[in-house]
Amino acid sequence: MRIAFLSDIHGNREALDACLAHAARVGVDRYVFLGDLVGYGADPVYVVDKVAEMADEGALVLLGNHDAAAVSGEIGGMNQYAGEAIRWTHQELDDAQLEFLSRLKSSATEDDRLYVHSEATAPNAWHYVTNAAEAERSLRATDKRLTFCGHVHRPQLYHMTAMKPAVYFKPPPGQPIPLVGNRKWLAVQGAVGQPRDENPAAAWGLFDTDKGEFTYMRVPYDIETAAGKIHAARLPQILAARLYIGR
Amino acid sequence: MARQQLQTGSTLDGFLIGEKLHAGGMATLWRVTRPGIDIPIVMKVPTILDGDDATIIVGFEMEMMILPRLSGVHVPRCIAVKDFAQQPYIVMEYIQGHSLLKTLDEAPLPPDRVAEIGAKVAVALIDLHRQNVVHLDIKPSNIMMRDTGEAAFIDFGLSRHLSLPDLLEEEFRVPMGTGPYISPEQVLHNRSDVRSDIFSLGVLLYHFATRVRPWGLPKSSRALRRRLWRDPVPPRKLRPDIPPWLQEVILRCLEPDPTLRYPTAAQLAFDLQHPDEIRLTERATRMERAGFLPTLRRRMKAAALESHPREPGEQSTAAAPIVMAAVDLSEGMERLSAALRLEVARVLGSTPGVRLACVNVLRQNRIAMNYPRDEEGRNIHMRRLVELKEWARPLKLDQGAATFHVLEAADTAAALVEFATANHVDQVLICARASSNLRRFVGSVSSQVVAEAPCTVTVVRLPQGGETSAATTEIAAAITRT
Repeated sequence: MRIAFLSDIHGNREALDACLAHAARVGVDRYVFLGDLVGYGADPVYVVDKVAEMADEGALVLLGNHDAAAVSGEIGGMNQYAGEAIRWTHQELDDAQLEFLSRLKSSATEDDRLYVHSEATAPNAWHYVTNAAEAERSLRATDKRLTFCGHVHRPQLYHMTAMKPAVYFKPPPGQPIPLVGNRKWLAVQGAVGQPRDENPAAAWGLFDTDKGEFTYMRVPYDIETAAGKIHAARLPQILAARLYIGR
Repeated sequence: MARQQLQTGSTLDGFLIGEKLHAGGMATLWRVTRPGIDIPIVMKVPTILDGDDATIIVGFEMEMMILPRLSGVHVPRCIAVKDFAQQPYIVMEYIQGHSLLKTLDEAPLPPDRVAEIGAKVAVALIDLHRQNVVHLDIKPSNIMMRDTGEAAFIDFGLSRHLSLPDLLEEEFRVPMGTGPYISPEQVLHNRSDVRSDIFSLGVLLYHFATRVRPWGLPKSSRALRRRLWRDPVPPRKLRPDIPPWLQEVILRCLEPDPTLRYPTAAQLAFDLQHPDEIRLTERATRMERAGFLPTLRRRMKAAALESHPREPGEQSTAAAPIVMAAVDLSEGMERLSAALRLEVARVLGSTPGVRLACVNVLRQNRIAMNYPRDEEGRNIHMRRLVELKEWARPLKLDQGAATFHVLEAADTAAALVEFATANHVDQVLICARASSNLRRFVGSVSSQVVAEAPCTVTVVRLPQGGETSAATTEIAAAITRT
């Protein structure tokens, strides 16, 4: 089975469509959305409708911190720009769309795999995995061999054996990586809709369960249009500008 | 981990277990068969004792990652890999041939044999490095010579795939490798330099040529580090019949600083295939090891290197290409060959470490193929060689940066393609004449080279009708070897 992982779409319609078209071209059997469908971007309505439609057809959809905030309207510890975008997103979504988001779960398991937006120790506390120590905490908190998460907007791969600390690997795009062996793996997805690894291309991940291979995909998309809509919606300008530089 | 007792006659995942070929500390090898697989195959099963030795497990994991991603005649074909969830194993081709370890018994070998073996192993390294893998454990027992003649590597347990996570890098504090063969940078925990394999091949050539290991059999990590600063006894001191060119090649492979070694296996293979073209340096004639003061200086340099290990990954396999200029020296081609030279200068100017091979074909009569190499024939050949060097003179090349070859052949294009293939050329630059009725009738040399060369081909043309001498170029398809 070939599973597509899409994380951190953040209301970016152009990036989502580009990733879905690419996934369809390379061939995918199942879609897993790892949360943060909305926030930052100017197309939350389109994105929620599209993902809800795919959920009806069998896609698995998980909750992210921006989705939870968009439902409640509470911005908690978010920065000013994220908070502004959440308040705007909350207004844009109708009751059915908010209801869809409110029903999402924050983690799920399937065979030897854990899916979660943030990490495994406390999926609703929205901790970030940005280094080997944080990856190790997450890996020790699950008995599943493979963890797939998002939240950080930067593609990262960690692996760990039972007796040793976790080790970081910077995954090259497009290279199938065998998640094999006598060890656990944690694959942090890049963001579909707001990459922050200085590569502005939209990111998604493909896991082939038969081959045991994971591939970090990158897809160019129409940034001008996505950024233009952010300006038109009078959302903070920085949310448009950062799309061009991937930061 | 559920483990199953394997024995002759039992089956595992459809593989019928045959004779036990080898039982070692790291792995057991079984001959196996399965319907539908018509080549001889073996199953490699890691030896996992109760203590679960991490080296064995991680080495096996690396091999599970790397072997299925390799292809070609220089590695065993991978048939199946089974993960640790059940009984881990790798089923691969049983290479029919002999281990180079056996050949070591015959050492010292005559220089030509050493060069022949070295060239075969270097050619195998070209293929491995092109697949983004550094072997990191090149030694006679890990090299099989196939009955068909090619060298093939076995055992990728210490290898590194440069696009995949290195499971060994963070795992162990001790240098990973085999004492006599390990490169200085591996001693310093850098596992991502293709030139490490060139160093180990140098040790192997030294051993085959002299029957002596350049740094003996080091038993401690202190002894391992000696190769960072102590130069080996020059091979010619041990065996005066070793020609200077072979000592040049061996000592260049054994330079402690990787930037002083051959930058690529292709350049090493090139030298071993063209001994007459090797530029000899002080290395070729050295008869003594370095004296006290130079050794002391090197030792201090090595100590600095040890406290600041070089960042890995600086060397890519695409570096230092071999570029071939196919030069047409016939009358009336002066402007076109000047345009070719301009294009060659551009390539040399934009790419560091280029090795240039200037090639001209001396056409032979198809009918009188075997005419004797008489005085007149040799004169023509020499004159062409002089003209070829004269063509290259304006490029102001450093000595040793270019080699010159006059090929004698009936079919010009076929000879050029054959040279490019045999010498693992990365790019061919060739002129195309303006369109003419003759070319339309007989076909052009350049278009045949474009179609058949195993690498990038750049075709240099003169603008039609224009008076400028600037070349227009087109990059033809880059066909990479598989």
